[in-house]
Amino acid sequence: MDFDLNEEQKAWKRTVHDFVAKVVKPRAQEVDEREEFNWEAVRKGGPLGLLGMNIPEEYGGSNVDMISSTIAMEELGWGCGSTALAFTAHNGLGTAPLTRYGSEELKQKWLPLVADGKGNLGSLALTEPGAGSDIQGGVTCRAEKQGGDWVINGAKMWCTNAGIAEYIITLVRTDAKGGSKSLSMILVPTGSKGLVIDPAEKKMGLRGSPTHGVHYENVRVPLGYLVGEEGRGMHQTLATLDAGRISIGGISVGLAVAALEAAVNYARERYAFGKPISEFQATQFKLSNMATEIEVARTMLHKAAWLKDQGRPFNKEAAMAKLFATEMAERVCYDAIQIHGGNGYSRDFHVERMYRDARLMTIGEGTSEIQRLVIARHVLSTE
Amino acid sequence: MKIIACIKQVPDSEAKVKAENGQITWGEAPLVINPFDEYAVEGALQQKEALGGTVAAVCIGPESAKEALKHALAMGSDQAILISDPALSILDTAGAARVLAAAVKKIGDADMVVFGRQTLDDGTGLTAAQTARALGWPMLGLAGQIKVDGGSVQIERVTEEGRQSLKGKLPAVLSVVQSIGEPRYPSFMGIRKASKAEIPVWTLADLGIAAPETVVKRLEIVTPPARETVVEIIGGETPAQIAEQLADKVLAEKVL
Ligand SMILES: Cc1cc2nc3c(=O)[nH]c(=O)nc-3n(C[C@H](O)[C@H](O)[C@H](O)COP(=O)(O)OP(=O)(O)OC[C@H]3O[C@@H](n4cnc5c(N)ncnc54)[C@H](O)[C@@H]3O)c2cc1C
Repeated sequence: MDFDLNEEQKAWKRTVHDFVAKVVKPRAQEVDEREEFNWEAVRKGGPLGLLGMNIPEEYGGSNVDMISSTIAMEELGWGCGSTALAFTAHNGLGTAPLTRYGSEELKQKWLPLVADGKGNLGSLALTEPGAGSDIQGGVTCRAEKQGGDWVINGAKMWCTNAGIAEYIITLVRTDAKGGSKSLSMILVPTGSKGLVIDPAEKKMGLRGSPTHGVHYENVRVPLGYLVGEEGRGMHQTLATLDAGRISIGGISVGLAVAALEAAVNYARERYAFGKPISEFQATQFKLSNMATEIEVARTMLHKAAWLKDQGRPFNKEAAMAKLFATEMAERVCYDAIQIHGGNGYSRDFHVERMYRDARLMTIGEGTSEIQRLVIARHVLSTE
Repeated sequence: MKIIACIKQVPDSEAKVKAENGQITWGEAPLVINPFDEYAVEGALQQKEALGGTVAAVCIGPESAKEALKHALAMGSDQAILISDPALSILDTAGAARVLAAAVKKIGDADMVVFGRQTLDDGTGLTAAQTARALGWPMLGLAGQIKVDGGSVQIERVTEEGRQSLKGKLPAVLSVVQSIGEPRYPSFMGIRKASKAEIPVWTLADLGIAAPETVVKRLEIVTPPARETVVEIIGGETPAQIAEQLADKVLAEKVL
């Protein structure tokens, strides 16, 4: 048993923390307020290895272990939920399936382009206007073979990074008969003819991370742009989401840590009834609960990440960690606002943004309900 | 180009440094690479990128100073050497310069030795020039820009009065200032390499020198008395009014 990070992971945590403290956190309020993307974080984060966490070194990536990737998401979440979401959507959704399932040719062509931070990012479109939790039954976006091309028609929703992406890996129906072997992933370059990316959604939080609807009108891409095997799209999606869940949990822990820090500072400085509110037991108990819940969530996430790094099954642990961490972040941000009193409700203080940002985490990459379904399947399993 | 970057490990800038029983302490604060030396490593790496070659980082310090060297490796240095010897526990800048000069000679064939402008702890800014003297090489201090041209190096020295252009023959010793550019963050690939690196430790015997005599003695170490500060918030209807009041205050307090 060993709960310590190794030397490499410790140095990585320090480096990412410094980077986030300088380049990401100071702009968090501004990117949210103006609905702007923090491009500087991409330009400077690329050389660090923050955009190639799921890309092997030979394609320009840093290929970090899952613990290191979780640490990076915690630090990014601590700095700015929006930037963190864009980074995790890029790494976990946009590049991981390409690395894992893509052909040599696709990997050589597309991975280096999105790993160095000089260009755009990667994205993955699973969700549709009529299909979210129920991907297998709901996806209507379809691709047909015509000559040497796939011809894609349909619509996607809620695609993080689509407007700032080099490509969108799109989950499509390749067999009209349906069933678990009827879906496939296809890489669609964002410059493709017939591809329309809607203006960014107006969101409650994470406003510095652009999310788009996408329309495909007879979009043609070469047959070789199939990512992985035809008919394995559902399987590939589920495997991709397992790891993505740990990352969303990481962002949640980061948001909660930032909210706790803000609450501690405020509680020490704010006086009521002649003393700092940190001296009231009611405040102290809130802070204790916040710190304890963060500790639990982080430990669960690191365990799930560790299992993945060991090459062992981690589906249940990832679902549990995501469920707990994301719901925990909302509770912690709620209490951080409570400790701030009226100021907590003001946009001049950061905790209201963290609260809005945290709210997505129980929805994206599998809702809390879906996590519970996954966990229940394990709990009730007779094997 | 063979470049040697001399770095030191110091308490973090957030540390609360104070004197206790005649000793300097900084509590639990972490030790880090001297922030000014990160610019030296950055300057060295820029030259390596422009001209090819290698960068070796050298540090005098205890075993724990390997962390500072690992930072230099993670940034992109090719080699790191720790100089550690019980006889070096008390060392002034002239002594450090002698030790570093011996290390530079032992490494051999260096074209350039770079330093940060000063350290965060002692802050003398003397070691670079003293090392140049010990080596008998030209000293080009406070470089904001470095340009190597054949056998010589030209720098732009950044001073409070303005910029000076200086040229010297290689090999030379340089000290580097912030205008060289933001030090790069270590990459994950660099961290991976650094965490696997075996950093050799050289003793005085390895360098073939005796412990240098310290000429500077510390007679007493005390914590400076806390400064009394008063905060006053200046109000006013318009920015112009506030500025006027501020200007009056500044003049009254004889700050300018
Ligand atoms: C900011 C943001 C970014 C996103 N980024 C991406 C992206 O990059 N790529 C992408 O593909 N998608 C993305 N999404 C979409 C996200 O993954 C979906 O919103 C999510 O999976 C839920 O799907 P849905 O919105 O269709 O909700 P629905 O599936 O319609 O669910 C509605 C409600 O019903 C519940 N529910 C559904 N089925 C069951 C069941 N069987 N049992 C119990 N309860 C159930 C759900 O838990 C939820 O509470 C993003 C969404 C947001 C808001």
